[in-house]
Amino acid sequence: MHAPTPVHLLTGFLGSGKTTLLQRLLADPALANTAVLINEFGEIGLDHHLLDRIDDTVVLLKSGCLCCTVRGEVADALLNLHSLRARGEVDWFERVVIETTGLADPYPVLTTIRAHPVLRSHFSIGGTVTTIDAVNGASQLANRLEAVRQVAAADVLVVTKADLATPDAAAFLRLRLAALNPAAELLLAADADAAGILIPAGLRLIPEVPLADHHAAGNVQSFSMTIDGTVDWTAFGVWLTMLLNRHGDRIFRVKGMLNVAGEDRPVAIHGVQRLVHPPVHMSAWPDEKRQSRLVFIFEGLDPEAIRHSFEVFNALSNAPAARASRQPGQPAVLAS
Amino acid sequence: MCSLCGILGADDHWSSPVARNGVYSRNGEPLTRRREAAERRRVVNAVLAARHMKLDDWQGTSYVLSTATGQVKVFDALSHLWPEAEALAHAQFDPLDPALLAKLETRS
Repeated sequence: MHAPTPVHLLTGFLGSGKTTLLQRLLADPALANTAVLINEFGEIGLDHHLLDRIDDTVVLLKSGCLCCTVRGEVADALLNLHSLRARGEVDWFERVVIETTGLADPYPVLTTIRAHPVLRSHFSIGGTVTTIDAVNGASQLANRLEAVRQVAAADVLVVTKADLATPDAAAFLRLRLAALNPAAELLLAADADAAGILIPAGLRLIPEVPLADHHAAGNVQSFSMTIDGTVDWTAFGVWLTMLLNRHGDRIFRVKGMLNVAGEDRPVAIHGVQRLVHPPVHMSAWPDEKRQSRLVFIFEGLDPEAIRHSFEVFNALSNAPAARASRQPGQPAVLAS
Repeated sequence: MCSLCGILGADDHWSSPVARNGVYSRNGEPLTRRREAAERRRVVNAVLAARHMKLDDWQGTSYVLSTATGQVKVFDALSHLWPEAEALAHAQFDPLDPALLAKLETRS
């Protein structure tokens, strides 16, 4: 039985260079055995001498990449692809890339893949790549919630048109992006290649982030906390489920690497709004400190309340390791 | 399995996912699955106690939520727990609520 096929999202605000990036990626040999869902063939200017038409909506590029248009629902396009593959009418593809429209919130697409009774068995959520225009990105983040949601959902942020922006504007945008989504990898479009950006989110390490609150894009802010000692998985699951049930519409993103009591390796968790991906057991810790890290991107919540709430729930643990790791008078959560 | 559409289904909540490659799960073995389910009930009941409610399981396949006045709700997916609890309690279960946290601190 095949493992579920990861689905990656390529998103970004209108005119932010998604299609230009995709055009370049389509020629990359690393994208062979990939099915790409786009809105219209015409938009990306496929060379008709370099493709075989499978049906009205699917073409096979000479690079080995399968290119499909989404007419209507993403779910229908994915089901059609799955059906073609199962019948042997197209070669087996190992990943799917969906280019969203510029005003799309990534959350509904991710939810569709996770919740659809058929899709959830054959596809898994990969990573989210968001393009940001270096010239207009900062003002879009200040004025458009769609742009903020796209940046918040990203595992990789690709800054486009950097050569058109002044050094000051580019530096300002980098600061805004790092503040809004400190857990995402930040790349210039010139440095982005398919192999580097199409890594499933669960296999990426959470970078160490500065020990400070960040504020960006109006009321949207990111908050990170580092946890010494172990995390009780059961209590954490109950806590985060409750938190997202009550405040999921204001929490755009949660991402973490946890030192779970009783486990040698870190457990990665990723969530976008109320959707949390299945936790991934990572291969190894990046360093000897084995510190858990949690990053939230949200609007209108008190970071201190989140930190305190986590501590109280973690203390409900029955696991001796989790209890022993906390020294009297020393908070389990070191920094926020 | 859904008896109407025949689609195989399971309670695949992220905090208790179906065991499969690459996914962190405690559902791989019957013993660890039952131990984890019992521990989850303990933590959830610590929270529900704030509103005099209780969670039980039914044959390891469903959850039974009950109030002190005898109201009962049965459901089969972990993702339904807090919406059902809030509906039954006619109140919110907010993990950021200082009063709830104070009660939990007293217990732990």
